[in-house]
Amino acid sequence: MNVVLGRARRSVPSRFARILSDIFSWRFALLVFASLLVAYPLLWVVSLAFSGQQALTLVQLPADASPAQHLHALIPLPERWTLDNFRALLSEQPFLRWLGNSLVIALATTAVGLSLSCSAAYAFSRFRFAGRERGLMLFLISQMFPAVLMLIPLYVIVVQWLGLGNSWLGLILVYSITALPFCVWMLKGYFDTLPYEIEESALLEGASRWTIFTRIILPLARPAIAVTGLFAFMTAWNEFILASIFMDDESLYTVPVGLRFFVSDYASEWGYFAAGSIIVSLPVMLLFLALQRFLVSGLSAGAVKG
Amino acid sequence: MANIEFRKVTKHYGDGPATVSALDLKISDGEFMVLVGPSGCGKSTILRMIAGLESISSGDLSIGRHRVNDMPPKDRDIAMVFQNYALYPHMTVFENMAFGLRVRNFPKLGIERRVREAAETLGLADLLQRKPGQLSGGQNQRVALGRAMVRDPQVFLFDEPLSNLDAELRVQMRSVISRLHRQLGTTSVYVTHDQVEAMTLGSRIAVLNDGALMQVGTPLELYNDPDNTFVAGFMGAPSMNLVPVHNDGRQLTCELLTLPRPHLSALKSALVLGLRPEKLVYAANAPANWPRLTGSIELVESLGAEMLVHLRAGSSQVVARLPGLRAFTPGDTLELAFDPAAVYLFDSESRQRIRSDGARAGVGA
Repeated sequence: MNVVLGRARRSVPSRFARILSDIFSWRFALLVFASLLVAYPLLWVVSLAFSGQQALTLVQLPADASPAQHLHALIPLPERWTLDNFRALLSEQPFLRWLGNSLVIALATTAVGLSLSCSAAYAFSRFRFAGRERGLMLFLISQMFPAVLMLIPLYVIVVQWLGLGNSWLGLILVYSITALPFCVWMLKGYFDTLPYEIEESALLEGASRWTIFTRIILPLARPAIAVTGLFAFMTAWNEFILASIFMDDESLYTVPVGLRFFVSDYASEWGYFAAGSIIVSLPVMLLFLALQRFLVSGLSAGAVKG
Repeated sequence: MANIEFRKVTKHYGDGPATVSALDLKISDGEFMVLVGPSGCGKSTILRMIAGLESISSGDLSIGRHRVNDMPPKDRDIAMVFQNYALYPHMTVFENMAFGLRVRNFPKLGIERRVREAAETLGLADLLQRKPGQLSGGQNQRVALGRAMVRDPQVFLFDEPLSNLDAELRVQMRSVISRLHRQLGTTSVYVTHDQVEAMTLGSRIAVLNDGALMQVGTPLELYNDPDNTFVAGFMGAPSMNLVPVHNDGRQLTCELLTLPRPHLSALKSALVLGLRPEKLVYAANAPANWPRLTGSIELVESLGAEMLVHLRAGSSQVVARLPGLRAFTPGDTLELAFDPAAVYLFDSESRQRIRSDGARAGVGA
């Protein structure tokens, strides 16, 4: 008993001392510096969004500003905190509609992309068929070309031939298909790590291929599906070039396209832009939070046979 | 329940050599057949052909009265236990065991009853709500057994089910499997590379090498009456001593021993002599007319109640299983004796047994 107490007594100051030494260590300083480096530009956006004004300059410095005033100008804090920018964005501007467009397109892209890539990846992983190797290689090759290169052909096919310009469907189709190669490779890598005996066992128990796919493989592949789904969602959510070219009608803009019009040749509404960009980040952040327990295992999928 | 019959069954992968060649094997109803052999001998392929997980290149396989060459696995009414358990990690023990019955649309109450009964038999009743990740290796393998049991299939297949378990658990699980087979009486085919498992579990054992069947028989038949050097060397631990000997028509000689055999003059001059390590005794305790074997001690492995003594003379080497503990020093000369009736002779080229006088346990004195 004495030994235990003695140990406890000794450990209190040592722990405190350790925390203190941690705080004053060069590692801690480095981390604080790195965090500031990352947070500082974001702080500008937040301040702009909550300042209620549209100008990019938050603090107007007089000509004969003192060093203290200069220093103050470096710290981006608005003169007054207000939600005016957000209020105006959601009520006076068509931002809510753009948000709705983006959500529908991104969710549909995720759904279409995932269902296509899950079934394709399962086939690539489990079945041996003519063209399997070449198919996988083609998927990889398609990733070599930047999206800009495909812009004209896509415009011709989707807008001119299929007549799907100015519609959700056109963008959903293009986004799902451009996300497909990466999604298939990612999921195939994960399916490859699932022991084949599990499926053989289910086959012997009387399960059909479809039952095995839906009741065994998909539940087991949740981490990989989460990561892949997130990728598909973000592809659609953040995309600008294709959306700006495919959508002429302002009411069909996605958020990135809409935001662009707050800061153009004819307008410089940085306040709206900042408020909009904060709102745009929220769904992705929420998704990351919701899926974070899958992310680590999903991103390292295939690294070791689990 | 059903019998299984292979008629000239061959399996090729691509253009390569046959993994299983022209296999003829009949497994009777209710029998516990063990397929044993070294890695790559084709034993797992045979098991997977019974399951329907591998196609058959040529020949016929029947289960019961049906030819099953083209029958899908789910229609064969077979349950299989895999080496790595192959449990569904996202399902509880109950769901794992109930899966096969659920996909076959069994009534809910029946599923519940069968799973509970199997869980009771296997001591899993308290673990039904756990997931495989929360169980030990032995428990997982019992779940896999339970999953196979609940369906009451006509054939059980075991693919090295104990290889992932530690030695103690393996002995325990061996008795569980043996007890289950006695209780259920289902035809079972068990694949292993461990001859101890084969000897202790099998009603009959089929020894395989390079895709060919070497010999089939009860454990004692294989042990006492091996057809060739492969079976002789494979069954029994430590394995049978196989010593090349010279036959001059009157006696067999090598650097370790001289064995009078006047009636073998018709045979080749190069033979292989087989002698089980446990058939060697101290010369002092043996009858005077038993042949002697003399060599220098190379290594002594003490196992407590007995010891394995490795003797060598020139290029000939034998292992003797001797009782008790004696202080031997490597390099000492040791004289042992053996019953001449315990000797087996094999052709040195074909490696087949020479049964010159038809005696079951050896060629006789």
